[in-house]
Amino acid sequence: MSGARPAKRTFAFTVNGKSGTVCTYPMERLLDVLRNELALTGTKEGCGEGECGACSVLIDGSLVNSCLVPVAQAENTRIVTIEGVTEDSRYAALRDAFIEMGGAQCGICTPGMILASAHLLDRKPDPSLEEIREALSGNLCRCTGYLQIVEAVAEAARRMASP
Amino acid sequence: MRTNPANYDLVAAPNLSAALALMAENPGGLLPIAGGTDVMVRFAAGTLASWKLLSIWNLPELRRIDVSADEIRIGAGSTYTDLRRHELIAREFPLLAQAAALTGGIANQNRGTLGGNIVNASPAADSLPALLAYEAELILVSARGERRVPYLDFHTGYKKMRLEAGELIRAICVRRCFSGYVSYARKIGGRNAQAISKACIAALGRVADGVIADVRIALGSVAPIPIRLRATEELLRRKHIDAELITAAGKAALAETQPIDDIRSTARYRAAVLSNLVREFLEILDAACVTNG
Amino acid sequence: MIGASMPRKEGRDKVTGRARYVDDLTFPGMLYGATVRSHIARGKIKKIEFGQGIEWDEFVIVSAKDIPGKNYIALIENDQPCLADGRVNHPEEPVLLLAHADRHALPAAVAAVKIEYEPEPAIFTIEESERKEQVIWGADNVFKTFTVEKGDVESVWAKADFIVEGEYFTGAQEQLYIETNGVIASFDRENGVAIWGSLQCPYYVHKALMPIFGLTEEKVRVVQTETGGAFGGKEEYPSMIAAHAALLAMKSGRPVKIIYDRAEDMAATTKRHPSRTRHRTAVTKDGTILGGTIDFAIDGGAYATLSSVVLSRGTIHAGGAYYWPCIRIASKAVATNAPPHGAFRGFGAPQSLFALERHVERIAQTVGISPVEIRRRNFLKQGETTTTEQVINEAVDLGKLMDRALEISDYDAKRRRFAAANKTAGRKKGMGIAAFLHGAGFTGSGERYLNSLVGAEGTAEGGVRVLVSSTEFGQGTNTVLCQIAAEALGLPYDAVTIAQPDTTRVPNSGPTVASRTAMVVGKLVASAALGLKQTLIAAGLLRENYTPEEFRVACARYAAEHKRFRSLARYEQPEGVFWDDQKYRGEAYAAFAWAIYVAEVTVDLTSYAVTLDDFVALQEVGRVLNPVLARGQIIGGVAQAIGFALFEKVEWRDGRMQNNQMTNYVIPTSADLPPIRVFFEELGNRHGAFGSKGIGELPMDGPAPAIVNAIENAVGVAFDRIPLLPEIIFETMTAGRQGEAREPLAPSGVR
Repeated sequence: MSGARPAKRTFAFTVNGKSGTVCTYPMERLLDVLRNELALTGTKEGCGEGECGACSVLIDGSLVNSCLVPVAQAENTRIVTIEGVTEDSRYAALRDAFIEMGGAQCGICTPGMILASAHLLDRKPDPSLEEIREALSGNLCRCTGYLQIVEAVAEAARRMASP
Repeated sequence: MRTNPANYDLVAAPNLSAALALMAENPGGLLPIAGGTDVMVRFAAGTLASWKLLSIWNLPELRRIDVSADEIRIGAGSTYTDLRRHELIAREFPLLAQAAALTGGIANQNRGTLGGNIVNASPAADSLPALLAYEAELILVSARGERRVPYLDFHTGYKKMRLEAGELIRAICVRRCFSGYVSYARKIGGRNAQAISKACIAALGRVADGVIADVRIALGSVAPIPIRLRATEELLRRKHIDAELITAAGKAALAETQPIDDIRSTARYRAAVLSNLVREFLEILDAACVTNG
Repeated sequence: MIGASMPRKEGRDKVTGRARYVDDLTFPGMLYGATVRSHIARGKIKKIEFGQGIEWDEFVIVSAKDIPGKNYIALIENDQPCLADGRVNHPEEPVLLLAHADRHALPAAVAAVKIEYEPEPAIFTIEESERKEQVIWGADNVFKTFTVEKGDVESVWAKADFIVEGEYFTGAQEQLYIETNGVIASFDRENGVAIWGSLQCPYYVHKALMPIFGLTEEKVRVVQTETGGAFGGKEEYPSMIAAHAALLAMKSGRPVKIIYDRAEDMAATTKRHPSRTRHRTAVTKDGTILGGTIDFAIDGGAYATLSSVVLSRGTIHAGGAYYWPCIRIASKAVATNAPPHGAFRGFGAPQSLFALERHVERIAQTVGISPVEIRRRNFLKQGETTTTEQVINEAVDLGKLMDRALEISDYDAKRRRFAAANKTAGRKKGMGIAAFLHGAGFTGSGERYLNSLVGAEGTAEGGVRVLVSSTEFGQGTNTVLCQIAAEALGLPYDAVTIAQPDTTRVPNSGPTVASRTAMVVGKLVASAALGLKQTLIAAGLLRENYTPEEFRVACARYAAEHKRFRSLARYEQPEGVFWDDQKYRGEAYAAFAWAIYVAEVTVDLTSYAVTLDDFVALQEVGRVLNPVLARGQIIGGVAQAIGFALFEKVEWRDGRMQNNQMTNYVIPTSADLPPIRVFFEELGNRHGAFGSKGIGELPMDGPAPAIVNAIENAVGVAFDRIPLLPEIIFETMTAGRQGEAREPLAPSGVR
């Protein structure tokens, strides 16, 4: 059969503050490495084509769709998934606001939405509703119609500004 | 996901010359992948023909933006976010800044690169009409050396371009001579964000002494490659903008394009919209120059 | 706490990434499964070849021959095969199943199976089906018909000042839940089949698996995992994927997980039924409806599945919120060679209400009165009867509801302003209205047939656990049912939990569909909860005016003493409810929610694209049980309906969806939606928990016609088909004259 058939290789990176390695094929998607090799199932697959944002993670602080990242390109990077954001008390207000204001319905887009929101608030602690909508425009939600998510992020920003 | 990653190899190089050496050693056998926003979609769909890939993501020689007195040199590995963050691009090259803002969502802007957009050569690519309007030049590099080519004739046909074996785009150069131009960019997609364009325009114009001194109109998604409307521009140069000229320009634009029916839209719609976009640009150019006296 | 926005019970898990959806689960020794599907729309299977380059011994292969019992997915008719046997009737029909330990090995194997067909001519539209040149189902391609007759329709034509006709179309719509369909199945001789999956109705799956495997009830177990959106798309379809995984599990002796990727899910699973509605209406010169006929047809795809029920709801809603002295509704569901269409929020009502609310505009124009006036003059009032002769028993005042909607949306002033500005503007603005109702719960005798059973359990810790097969998939089942139980017992919210739906642990409270969960199941939850209290009081463990702490102590004690402490409540049809299934006459629904929606649009004549500038959703819903959740349901439903109206087009070729990717099937992003402003009124409801009416589907019915009405107001052109894409607006507006709008359509059939 055709194909390159490379050997598996070892890739080192930091996930949620912990250093580690995985041994796998270089073109394994980062999404699958996180979910399967590292059992970090909080990051979801919604489309596999970089359209829905359910697979969002941070790589060196930058929001990316992990379904589009070969694990080899994540070598020696710092990756943060929803599990890492969860451990970070700085974002407690974001979690609380999502729960209180209806930001999560079925919840499958929620990890990606939280990642995208955290990414925004890190850069812009006082975003307008328009800026929030733009920051989340790469995250698709089918349940909420987005409004309560946008309101939750705005509320989180307010609370984080005056804790 | 319709692909077995076990069948694919990805190698990385520590720097550009190592990458170019690898490409020279594997003529036609290594597919460069930068941010992956195009390649990985094909990979997941099971339609990627190449088994061996070379990562050129984040190579420092490619992911940099240098400014000199005359030009800006944008490394081909610069992401759309890099472009959006660059103060000079926002100020002097608004067509490019806007195109970057309209490409995908934030996550894809963080990974998609300008060089990747050019080489993927989708007729619907968001940044390419801007590069045509600004008459960018490309620095192409291989193990054999560098050469500089005008972007205007880089694409020769659908997914065909003047890129030789073993070559990468190193940088996109744009001359800093567009202050005083009115710029206009608009993308018509299926929705307001995360959309592939059905028609898009990137246009520049300058009016002096009541007539059009210079005009550049580039369109995407209305031909197999992004195009400049040369004949329409010729029609407009040295003319005073009035309703008759605007109508004529809209018609002339149609004659220079070949919009098609495809899964996203229809030829007739695209034709009507591109003509409207050209007219809208001229109305804006006229209004801007009236305001500025 | 009814009326309070209690926080989502599973909300913490969802925002932390701890919620476990089916693809997050692994079982020891688990294999992965995939489906080999038909490439053609119709024909006989001549040969199946397993191609080169695959280690076929490594794969488990299942075909129809492996099915130990009956080869059908039990639903209403039993006509849909679990696996195709000798012939196929739609593209993507499942033919073979494969399993392998390496998930990544499956796509190449699926691609390597070569099926040779003897193709037969296939049909793809309602019209082709009606022509019967090809009969692909039954004797005449017709799954089901209904006729509803009220009064003497033939008598109205002679009395009419105007007879108004119109024909309206809606397209297929993909549910596009962000979590695709998926299940894990296990099988062993002793315990039978067990399923964990993303699904709405555990007992539907339970019922379907029994005949396939020849198993009795207690040998089939179905567990719902956290479900990432459903909208009806996981109502009946999961029986199919569950059966497939279970067959592979049976053959391999290992647990098997099947997760569809997005492209497969979009191409192969159910979609909203496309529809065609023909109206012919007799009206007086002041716009009063004398009567009329409605022909309503839906495309069911290749097998019967739920088309008869979708047809039923569409039929009953076809007359909408108006008083019809006489009417004849003739409806049918017909077969085509597409993958079977299925449940999607609204379930027939969005289709027939789109037609009606567009037709009412046409009537208004013919008669020469405003869209507001035509509706006012015909609104149903308390004491009047619907098209099925159900008496409206509640004090609903649609006129006042209209007043309020117009005020909130500033309708009159804006219409005047836009009309003036549109004369010269390149971006035309308009306002449109839709007035409608939605009947909650199963139709007629349906709830009695469902015979729902609900439990409440006292736990060893002294808490209360709700036991229902009703599932959470974002709409708030867990939260609302716990709120209801807590309120019924006077306990804090945190004292009540809800069991994961598992057919070995919870009774059958009916399917989670038809906007019935809060209203019908919730009422039973309250009863069941009260049963716990009554038991404790009767046992002398609790006084009447107990405190929560006293309840906790008594409950824990009783549970410890009796090992199991459970109270069950079964549905009983209210007195005096009359429904004739033959004539389709009587009390169709226990409760109607009522709504007036107003859309404000801009149509950009450069791009012919429509922007929604404002959207007002005003509805009467009985009682708002949880304001945040209720508002979320309305906004989310409106967003989906905006997609239905303006964005979501299924591109069909030979019965197969071509744009089966998220990049090409366009749903709205956060940048595409206006602020959707939601307002509620509450008239109560005798038949619903704490006065509530079902609201999950209501918001799907109104936005599409309101938006198309607004577009017509903006550009003066009538559109009778959705999805209404810019390409269609462009073609219609420029037909005959390049670049200019043509005159508004003259109403037809004017006397």
